[in-house]
Amino acid sequence: MVVARFTRGFAGRGRAGRDPRLPPGQYDTGDRWPVLTAEVTPKIELSSWFFRIEGLVERPTSWTWDEIHSLPPSSYSGDIHCVTTWSKLGVSFGGVSLDTLLGIAGIAPGASHVLAFTHSGYTTNLPLPDVTGGRAWVVWDYEGKPLPVEHGGPARLLVPHLYFWKSAKWIAGVRVLDHDEAGFWEQNGYHDRGDPWLEQRYQGD
Amino acid sequence: MIDPAVVRGPWQSATVTGIRRETARAKTFRLELGAPRRHLAGQHYVVRLTAPDGYRASRSYSVASAPDDSGTIELTVERLEGGEVSSFLHDEVVLGDELEVRGPIGGYFVWEATSPAVLVGGGSGIVPLMAMLRLARQKGRSDLVHLVVSVRTPEDLYYRDELEGPETTVVYSRAAPAGSARPPGRLGLGDLPENCVLAETAYVCGSSGFADAASRLLVELGVATGRIRVERFGPSG
Repeated sequence: MVVARFTRGFAGRGRAGRDPRLPPGQYDTGDRWPVLTAEVTPKIELSSWFFRIEGLVERPTSWTWDEIHSLPPSSYSGDIHCVTTWSKLGVSFGGVSLDTLLGIAGIAPGASHVLAFTHSGYTTNLPLPDVTGGRAWVVWDYEGKPLPVEHGGPARLLVPHLYFWKSAKWIAGVRVLDHDEAGFWEQNGYHDRGDPWLEQRYQGD
Repeated sequence: MIDPAVVRGPWQSATVTGIRRETARAKTFRLELGAPRRHLAGQHYVVRLTAPDGYRASRSYSVASAPDDSGTIELTVERLEGGEVSSFLHDEVVLGDELEVRGPIGGYFVWEATSPAVLVGGGSGIVPLMAMLRLARQKGRSDLVHLVVSVRTPEDLYYRDELEGPETTVVYSRAAPAGSARPPGRLGLGDLPENCVLAETAYVCGSSGFADAASRLLVELGVATGRIRVERFGPSG
């Protein structure tokens, strides 16, 4: 089938002054931060909160809210990109680098992927190289304030170089694996890696 | 998880064969698909616009029509101020135009009319739920479903000629039609069907604030959170 090469009458006013920080097919949502979640926003008590690393590691480890805050802090300043085509530019998050946490747990030989899981039961899969080397965080601050619950507070995963569904809200831990295992959206047709610069939105992209 | 990996097929061309106004801000577009694919009620399509120089913009829109063998789908689009794609669809698209689409997408917020469901929509959040209501009616299984939709005023109600029935409830938050027994007000416990705790799944669709409020009401009525599936509409242009 021949697909029309362009849409009659469409000039694309979104392109004028397009910010080079925007990956293809994305637009700048400005000050807004759309909330997109498939689940009911959960209630999570800090007293029972934990973050756990399990699976293919030397020392499976679980941190309480206080324990994870005693680790060396790390922050991210930059952009985030949602697969639903909005991007948010120049934002900042604070928390702890996943490198620190994985360093304590010790990645065992043969590990290749992680499956992140949340306090609400959501999962998402990531290749190990995408969550190591200063590319992933567990964050609890947004713009210097506590991360609101609708955006994943008390703490969420942050993997800003991939589409934002990989940055699981209400993060509870990661399971280190020697294979790739599709998470929630990935089982529902979304891409296993999700690089916004390659427009890896859906399986097969 | 009902149907894994439900993004079927690449981009395809679709012809606009019908345009119907729903409200002052919403239109329904009937699209004839070049390569028809059967969708599930609740799924969405991506519409992609391409300018002559290759610039592209795409947005997702829920399918409003029930799955059928017509080779067509209906998308209801709310015109958002400053919405690059929605305003183009509203202001420029005419019958016979070709649009590039991809779908159907989504395997979670779907219902196949095989188990009891309660559907709660706010404003334009009715669209995927309408596909579910239409499917239930088409299959003669209206007994399985109850749709509650909340709109600000009667003028904001989509599909108003088709909605009425024992399996639907319309709630007006700002202004109700003359003679309404219920005064205008936000969705409350009394607006949800008493038997919603028997529903196997509750589908909630609307703005984030509406979705949270509606989910809380369902939980108060005894619906387990794991049975509530939510689709939130952010500003998506």
